[in-house]
Amino acid sequence: MNTSIRRPRRAAAAAVLGTALTLVLAGCGGDDTTSAEPSALDPDADLTEQTIVVSNWEAYMPDDIAEVVKERTGATVEVTSHATNEDMVAKVTGSGGEGLDVVFGSQPYLEALAKAGMLEPLDTDFLDNWGNLDPAAVDTAEVDGAAYWAPYTWGTTGICYRSDLVDAAPTSWYDLLEPSEANKGKVTMMGTERWAMLPALKALGYSVNTTDEGELNEAKDLMVAAKPDLLAYDDTTFYERLISGEATMVQAWDGWCNYGIAEDDRIEFVVPEEGSDLWSDGIAVLKSSENKEAAYAFIDTILDAKTHAWVEENILYNIPNEAALAEVPAELTETYDLLGSRREEMLSGENMTDVGDDAAAIYNQIITEVTAS
Amino acid sequence: MPTRSHGGLGARLRRGVEPAVLLGPGLLFYAVLVGVPVGLVTGYMFARRGRFGGVEWELSLDNFSRVTDSVYLEVFRESLGLALVATVISLAIGYPTAYAIAKLPPRWRTVALVLVVVPFWTNFLIRVYAWIVLLNSQGVLNDVLVGLGVVDERFTLLYTPGAVVVGLVYSYLPLMILPLYAAIEKIDDELLEASTDLGAGRVRTFLGVQLPLTLPGVVTGSILVFVPSLGNFVVPELLGGGKTVMVGNLIRDQFLKAQDWPFGSVLAMMVVVLLVLLFLGQAWVTRRVEGGARA
Amino acid sequence: MPSRTAGRAAGRAAGRRTGLGWLWLPLGLCALFLYLPILVLVAMSFNGGGSAYRWDGFSFRWYAELARDSDLIEAVVTSLGIATGATAIATVLGTLLAVGLARHTRSKMLEAAAMAPAILPDLVLAIGLLAFFYMAGIPKSALTILLAHAAFGTAFVVAVVRARLAGSDAALEEASRDLGAGGFSTFVLVTLPSIAPAVVAGALLVFTLSLDEFVIAYFTAGPTTETLPITVYAMVRTGVTPEINALATVLVLISVTVVVVAARAVRRTEKS
Repeated sequence: MNTSIRRPRRAAAAAVLGTALTLVLAGCGGDDTTSAEPSALDPDADLTEQTIVVSNWEAYMPDDIAEVVKERTGATVEVTSHATNEDMVAKVTGSGGEGLDVVFGSQPYLEALAKAGMLEPLDTDFLDNWGNLDPAAVDTAEVDGAAYWAPYTWGTTGICYRSDLVDAAPTSWYDLLEPSEANKGKVTMMGTERWAMLPALKALGYSVNTTDEGELNEAKDLMVAAKPDLLAYDDTTFYERLISGEATMVQAWDGWCNYGIAEDDRIEFVVPEEGSDLWSDGIAVLKSSENKEAAYAFIDTILDAKTHAWVEENILYNIPNEAALAEVPAELTETYDLLGSRREEMLSGENMTDVGDDAAAIYNQIITEVTAS
Repeated sequence: MPTRSHGGLGARLRRGVEPAVLLGPGLLFYAVLVGVPVGLVTGYMFARRGRFGGVEWELSLDNFSRVTDSVYLEVFRESLGLALVATVISLAIGYPTAYAIAKLPPRWRTVALVLVVVPFWTNFLIRVYAWIVLLNSQGVLNDVLVGLGVVDERFTLLYTPGAVVVGLVYSYLPLMILPLYAAIEKIDDELLEASTDLGAGRVRTFLGVQLPLTLPGVVTGSILVFVPSLGNFVVPELLGGGKTVMVGNLIRDQFLKAQDWPFGSVLAMMVVVLLVLLFLGQAWVTRRVEGGARA
Repeated sequence: MPSRTAGRAAGRAAGRRTGLGWLWLPLGLCALFLYLPILVLVAMSFNGGGSAYRWDGFSFRWYAELARDSDLIEAVVTSLGIATGATAIATVLGTLLAVGLARHTRSKMLEAAAMAPAILPDLVLAIGLLAFFYMAGIPKSALTILLAHAAFGTAFVVAVVRARLAGSDAALEEASRDLGAGGFSTFVLVTLPSIAPAVVAGALLVFTLSLDEFVIAYFTAGPTTETLPITVYAMVRTGVTPEINALATVLVLISVTVVVVAARAVRRTEKS
């Protein structure tokens, strides 16, 4: 099998069709112009008159967040959900942002939307609590010198496992990619988006943001070889499979592993020795939003030390908010060492960034090839 | 120029207006909501991908050459294979079942047909989901098999191409049984008796008389199972654990994940072309059987 | 028959009476295949534990959760609204089309065109509509789903009503016209009553199809539109709880009731 990445080059085969095509296809679309200037905000806007629609992952913020925002700012928040970053991007682009004001997403996807001019650059002067944020996290939210989203959570990707069901604790990405006899058919890896390629890239010692076709192809071969030993590709329910005992080891984000740990203390998390990523999720305002003051009020409410700490307690993800960390109860960081003593380990990961449109298309193509193999 | 009576003019006018009133609204509705969309998809095939959905209207034939790539041909081959296996299994289960229903006393026939249809009117996603519960390694089937000592260890039947086939068969089996039942029920029993009276064995009667006469039902049922199976993306996703990719998944992903609408359009139109060929085949079979019956 | 168990006796007697013989086997196996998954779901809906597939004591708690799930209830309301609107449009347009096709044209092309949306794979119609709403700048919402469902629903109404018209001849309508009735009054007073059962059947069909339709709704839904199937899809994809089992049980009950009632109604009209 040819291992090079297949990209459409054989146009000649279809050229015959072209001669038959006499339609002149006029250019249209591409009407969005990128402007890095934030819109003018009205400091006296009546927030009780404004309603914003927020799209977030299911259960990725406390259920009663809308009530908290209403009480604090007067703005009305409607919540809708997306299952993945790709779903979020499809929602935003499929309707030109119509019907949505605020979206939660991961750095590479928000970066791409920002570059395409679909996000509002944030006027941080308007966010009283912006100063609470960890400067390292603020850096990850900048595109061309402007901040485009408010860092919400950050974390790393590793192996979440049932310590009672594995003979030896996993230490390497190869424990997932080439599982021992006893674990064959009982491991899951993520099957979409950038995280699908992370284990193979890191196992081979490459960057999670590589755009080198040779490296990507090597990773693809490793992924194809790993596929038969997988139980399934899973980006959304992996920790439940650990709880039920269907799987013994899964590729997981640290926070979602905490969900498993919360239900079963035999579940543990490890960052493989080859290293991993530092991903960052943020809250962005869509350029098309007509209720930007309320959107800012929503973001500022979350960045408030007390609210953001409350968010960490509820969703068990690390937050990049220095003022809020002082508010997090000690027993939380003791129960979940990923939120306490192992925070530094998480921060040592390689920041996952947007690789650009061309490379993103190659990542997609490889994932298709692996799942189709 | 001959003079016309008022009534004649009115009648002629009416004859012109009435079809327009009856056919116009529906056809216009179709033109906008079916014609234009399908036309757009056809046009998209020759365009370039827009960064975030949509297309750039630049003439491009890359999408056609890309589809000949071995990865995509492999996905097509696998989808056709899975859909075909699902169809054959549906036929194997559906034919005897439809035959048995047709032989039931009339009042039980209705009951049996209702029983066949009930699961079909239950939410499609829930029907697929039911198999996750059933086939899970921690699920009921494993409990029973391990409990009875049939197997020593829990095993997973989920997330395999086999599970995908089971899901497809389960989803569309009623669509096989109903046309088969209609075809079998129509056959005159005396015809079959005549065949056996003339010395033909049961097997020969079945192959020589019954099967050809019910062929239109077989073909219709097969198409009704095959077509939605081929374009399905939910069953492979939920029961295949993301490890089995069918054309439906590929098309969905081009539109909602990879944001490559032109390529997705080419894949979709390939399915449409296949479908047209199938319908032409069906028409041919029906004509032959009906022609044969009349002769 | 003292030596046989009652069940076996009944089975044999039934087999002899109907001449079914070995055909009980496929019937039984098919019934098992169709109903085992549903029965397991129903049983697991009374699971007291948090797992959708491991039994952990009897409880009604998931039905209580279901009744409290406001998102789900909202989705049901949205779905019912869409189904009602789509049914109204499809029934009117489909009936007109069917009558027009039966009485005013012999064009096979038109006939095929009128059925096209029902034959076209749902995925193709779905991406076409996604593209169309995108290009036309129409924001996707519950209304776009409604229109999409009306489009394929119309074809199903045409199919059902057309079949009925094929069985009736146009003599009555001609008589009505000869007696001086206009086109409109003929349609309302003569044609419509004669095809009414088919129109109702078509409407019911569209309503149920729309309620259950996932693929087209998934592609044409707005960012915040959630129909019942879209919500179920999200539930199944992002983690399974016995709540889905409880929902399934309720839906199965409803569908059994509707089918049984419909079957009885059909039988009663056939008798009369």
